[in-house]
Amino acid sequence: MSKLVRAGVWAIVALVGTAAFARIALYRGETINAAWLLTAALCVYAIAYRFYSKLIAAKVFALDARRSTPAVRLDDGRDFVPTNRWVVFGHHFAAIAGPGPLVGPTLAAQFGYLPGVIWIIVGVALGGAVQDFVILCASVRRNGKSLGQMAREEIGPVAGATALVAVLGIMIVLLAVLALVVVNALKSSPWGIVTIGLTIPIAMLMGVYLRWIRPGRVLEASAMGIVLIIAALFVGRSVSENATLAPAFTFSGITVAIAVMVYSFTASVLPVWLLLAPRDYLSAFVKIGVVLALALGIIISLPPLHMPALTRFTDGTGPVFAGKVFPFAFITIACGAISGFHALVSSGTTPKMLASEPDARMIGYGSMLMESLVAVMALIAACALTPGVYFAINAPAGAIGTTAASAAEAVRHWGFTLNPGDMEALARQVGEKTLLSRTGGAPSLALGMAQLFANVLGGGAALAIWYHFAIMFEALFILTTLDAGTRVGRFMIQDLGKHLWAPIGRPAWYPAIVLSSALIVAMWGHFLYQGVIDPLGGINSLWPLFGISNQLLAAVALCVATTVFIKMGKVRYSFITLMPLAWLTIVTMAAGWQKMFSPDPTLGFISHAKVIQGQIASGALPAGVATVAAARRMIFNDYLDAAVAAFFMVSVVVILADSFREWYVVLAGRKPAVSSEVPFETPFAVTGD
Amino acid sequence: MPRERSMTTRELVQATRERVERAACVVRRIIGVPDYDRYVAHVRARHPGTEPLAYEEFVRQRLADRYNRPGTRCC
Repeated sequence: MSKLVRAGVWAIVALVGTAAFARIALYRGETINAAWLLTAALCVYAIAYRFYSKLIAAKVFALDARRSTPAVRLDDGRDFVPTNRWVVFGHHFAAIAGPGPLVGPTLAAQFGYLPGVIWIIVGVALGGAVQDFVILCASVRRNGKSLGQMAREEIGPVAGATALVAVLGIMIVLLAVLALVVVNALKSSPWGIVTIGLTIPIAMLMGVYLRWIRPGRVLEASAMGIVLIIAALFVGRSVSENATLAPAFTFSGITVAIAVMVYSFTASVLPVWLLLAPRDYLSAFVKIGVVLALALGIIISLPPLHMPALTRFTDGTGPVFAGKVFPFAFITIACGAISGFHALVSSGTTPKMLASEPDARMIGYGSMLMESLVAVMALIAACALTPGVYFAINAPAGAIGTTAASAAEAVRHWGFTLNPGDMEALARQVGEKTLLSRTGGAPSLALGMAQLFANVLGGGAALAIWYHFAIMFEALFILTTLDAGTRVGRFMIQDLGKHLWAPIGRPAWYPAIVLSSALIVAMWGHFLYQGVIDPLGGINSLWPLFGISNQLLAAVALCVATTVFIKMGKVRYSFITLMPLAWLTIVTMAAGWQKMFSPDPTLGFISHAKVIQGQIASGALPAGVATVAAARRMIFNDYLDAAVAAFFMVSVVVILADSFREWYVVLAGRKPAVSSEVPFETPFAVTGD
Repeated sequence: MPRERSMTTRELVQATRERVERAACVVRRIIGVPDYDRYVAHVRARHPGTEPLAYEEFVRQRLADRYNRPGTRCC
């Protein structure tokens, strides 16, 4: 009987989910309510978790509570610590969720809500959550080994080395594009810059408090920090309203970019306790708080989506970024659907904390579903804006000009409406000089969130505070990713560089620390600077590169997972990882190829370089470029971007080829299928002889 | 009577304090604060005879480890 009831409940969930999906896909009215998107997402998540993750847990890995986890076996009170599963869940979620799932869906909203929402929901169920879960299981069964180690040991040294270098490449592109998002949110915004600037001394104050005043009282220090950053929000407002101070804190994009580079370099060479760690604690609180607030705001106000299901920009002529809906919707949204970076977390700290094997299902699969929900909510916030406002904020100056009138004209030309007066009023209402061409996704997401929050609390008068609150938290956790990422990049350079010149590998030698920090900042800083001065807005070239690199890492993870399946003798189930792997390979290859060779100069790096070359040869200069030298630098950057895309594509091919070779020799019986898992061991004493 | 009442109040305060401390402990571990007490308990239980690291040194090592390799955070 209870079995029947349960089957009935699941049948209802399936029916409701299907109905919601049908409504989203087929409805073509003026607006659709956000509730439909949320319902479709939640039903799919429930079914995927209950049935698909269970299949993986039971049939592939046969997760067993009696089998000791590394945390139990190797418990050292430091790295390996058996931890309550809800704590691990929270920890893992806080580690995987960052600005990625917020920015990607916002940018992809230029295609309409439909491609984004389908990819986020289906992609996570069959791709992203699967990847996180199987890599977590594989690592737990191998004493918490990292993805790089598993690639080397399971597939081979070639794949292992490629993965190692690719991770560094991905870090560089990731840091550059996130820095660009922050720069675009803070340029010519005295309010934003003062608020974010103040978070640095606030974090240092927390650091000093934790080291000397009350050591270890992290929650006290964080509470103090949160009160202070709220105060900083109001200090920022006073500065922006002050006629003499406001211009003094109004900086160009280039100035903000240099400030971000100097900050990240400094954070990388300073001791961790002073800046990085306190900032990280603060950012974790703000992150979880904002995700909850966003969910609350959406659930209470259930906004109608003004963006159509599909826009005309599915044809590849979009102003936010160039390229057709296939493959670029699937590249633009990485985090939220599938993100290779998570494989590093799933094979990093998390596997060393699991107290019991079956917990891996909730932590690996479950927290990725949560991140996917965050991505759906970001998409809702972006699509709740009217399309005219959305495009005026997210299209570069090259596409909409620099005045409200020219923006309104461009938007009208695209088939949407925008009243120039409204755009100026909106900017004033949120305390900014202008909202035009604030590309990168952060400002439009902040506006979408501010409108949701203001609906619930404070009304229109509170819009400015909510907008800057949203900008502050986005910038806060992007900067936390930047400073921590720069430091990790510094260690990676020291690690790789020591093969060329041994002294750079010395971990505590100050010149090596300074040199390698400067090197990593220079690497991502170059791409950032190029993005800031790019008349097409920078996001157009950098975000797709980031997406390609992230999906490349996911391909590595899925290759490792497939190899693990085959060596466990579970080749029957390899469709679970081969399906997303095949899709990602198609998507990354198609996107990489188009970014390199497309004849459309807004899309293809090489054809863009050729166009500028032609302009220089005929004595003209591209719009927005002042000197021939600057134009030549753009050509160099185009070729550099093309080379980066080529590098990522070659990496995918190498890793796939090496994996195929390994699968072939194992399946053909030329190499025994021996699983490298740590043998079954139970923590309970075995009775008998 | 008043004596007994003050006992229950004290117990209530005690119970609340314990509950808050437990919740604080969960929050600390979620945001990744090194857990020194657990480490000391571990050393005392599993490695009798060895002296655990001092608090400062333990925290320094934990933080250094957290920020020197990929895999502790994502985008």
